[in-house]
Amino acid sequence: MQKIDRYEPIVGKSKIDELRMLAGYLKGKVIQHINSTAVGGGVAEILSKILPLMQELGVNTQWDIIKGSPDFFDVTKSIHNALHGKDTLITKEMWKTFNDISSQNIREMNLYGDIMFIHDPQPIALVKRKSGMRKSKWIWRCHVDVSAPDRKVWDFLSNFIDQYDAAIFSSAHFSHKMKPKQVLISPSIDPFSDKNREVTQDEIDAVLNKYKIDPRQKPIVCQISRYDALKDPVGVIEAYKMVKKYVDCQLVLVGNRAADDPETDKIYGQVLEAAGGDPDIHALLVEDIPYEINVLQRVSDVIVQKSIREGFALTVSEALWKAKPVVASAVGGIPLQIKHKYGGLLCHSIEGAAFAIKQLLNAPEYARKLGENGKEHIRQNFLLTRHIREYMLLFLSLYSDSGVVTL
Amino acid sequence: MAESAKKNNEKSFRFYTRLHLKVLTGLRASNIEELLDLIKTVSGSSIYYHTHHFLQQHEQLSPEPPNDFAYWIANALNEEVMAEKIASIDTIQYHTIRALRNEIIRVIRDYTRENPRAKSRFASPDKVFHFIKSVSFILPTPYVAKDLKDFLNILKKVTTNSIYFHMFEARLRLDKETNDFSFWLGTSLKEVALAEKITSIDPYTYTMEDLRKKLIGIVEQRVRDAKD
Repeated sequence: MQKIDRYEPIVGKSKIDELRMLAGYLKGKVIQHINSTAVGGGVAEILSKILPLMQELGVNTQWDIIKGSPDFFDVTKSIHNALHGKDTLITKEMWKTFNDISSQNIREMNLYGDIMFIHDPQPIALVKRKSGMRKSKWIWRCHVDVSAPDRKVWDFLSNFIDQYDAAIFSSAHFSHKMKPKQVLISPSIDPFSDKNREVTQDEIDAVLNKYKIDPRQKPIVCQISRYDALKDPVGVIEAYKMVKKYVDCQLVLVGNRAADDPETDKIYGQVLEAAGGDPDIHALLVEDIPYEINVLQRVSDVIVQKSIREGFALTVSEALWKAKPVVASAVGGIPLQIKHKYGGLLCHSIEGAAFAIKQLLNAPEYARKLGENGKEHIRQNFLLTRHIREYMLLFLSLYSDSGVVTL
Repeated sequence: MAESAKKNNEKSFRFYTRLHLKVLTGLRASNIEELLDLIKTVSGSSIYYHTHHFLQQHEQLSPEPPNDFAYWIANALNEEVMAEKIASIDTIQYHTIRALRNEIIRVIRDYTRENPRAKSRFASPDKVFHFIKSVSFILPTPYVAKDLKDFLNILKKVTTNSIYFHMFEARLRLDKETNDFSFWLGTSLKEVALAEKITSIDPYTYTMEDLRKKLIGIVEQRVRDAKD
């Protein structure tokens, strides 16, 4: 049995057959993905799931990683923040670091794809090699919320973006006027990954013991996110404090450390300070152990994603896949995942988040219905199989300009 | 596509499926006048996308009408009466995207003429309307029906994408008078009454899974009647 067959009971046999048919049209093409890190963060996670399945379907798909120094990742983190619209200073020296490391990668990397698939700003400059790779098609996948980017940084990146054949965004709000074809493709979750699979009671007990959390005592409100200002963990604590006045609950904040994110310690310090020693606030800085995240989501009563900016926020899809009621900010790709009051509750402020959390804790039947609807929405639109299908459609569209393509 | 249509004029019916890619246009509107201007000028594939994509996005439960313009006018501009008028446009009556586009334009024009204050409403920045267009990929499935029994069995297992293609897209986007199923049943199998029954369904008021059930029910009834 192939791995892809496992998805049949979830999405239906005919949808898997469609993937096989599409893959047949891509025979002979090599797809080369390039990003900046092999572990940590959503991009690496999605690639590690998609690649084996694409290979199995018969699409020759490869994945390579650029080289980068800590200085370089400091700069790309600043670029990331600036794209999110955060006021960020990028000095001449920092741009020089970006250009130097980019040039080194441009010189040294082995680029061989018929379709070059570049993820996020870190490797964006590789497109300079395009002219030397005849007939190659280049795709830039933007995983960042660029709805209101810092103008200077966006203009700098646009010089590269305009050389691509296609750019992919996770939300229509991120589109800009640009030369390449712009495609809307949401990321996805894998129902069989350790983060989403069913868990055993033993696993649940082990995780709860490890982090000293007892879900029987008080309902759990939980946010799973890196310790990053844009995920607003301090805002979540403020919302929790507003809820706590009326509903005795506990808050679990869970974040890991990604290799390309140097800001974790600073923000984690702010979180501890805001928590002020409240024994019902569990601010966990954890290793990236996916099944533990899975357990913590499953034992939660309400899951929160109170981000200020988001690329997409797959944690929302993960929570909904477990049929959990979710309260999340209406930013980035979140409104695509949650239809307000149908598959979760959207909010725009700390007060709004607090009100929604209270509402869900006090109305478990309503919360259950939202969770169920949310799960169905994820099944139809945000699982890995849909993602693979859209990537293959994009590859095929690179060779046609028509609005109706007959295969 | 002419090829697939021709093949399905013959005795057997090949099921095709339709997949689509969402292409961003970079065009956006934040009030009704901007929306109207863009509805007049965007490509037909954009009008098609915004009046149809909900059908494929919500296969079993549909929280909103299958019309983005109506949804946005209600939720971003708070003009619920105008939204209801657009949501209730009888899309099945229009055989071309052009005709459907003209009807949407007419409804918005008439409403804003009678209610000029609607022009003063603006969407907040996070609720701006983004025009998207749809690129369709049409591909043959392995399923071919030679008679009514085959047709019924395939209806039960084919994807909703395939049912969507033959019931919606082939008719509207490819300028056909009726849906593919009715055409084949009526012309090749001479099942004229059955074809008419399927033509008379308003598919826009069903979710895709409910539409599948409806079609199966109608065809099963016909198979039973034929036995008796």
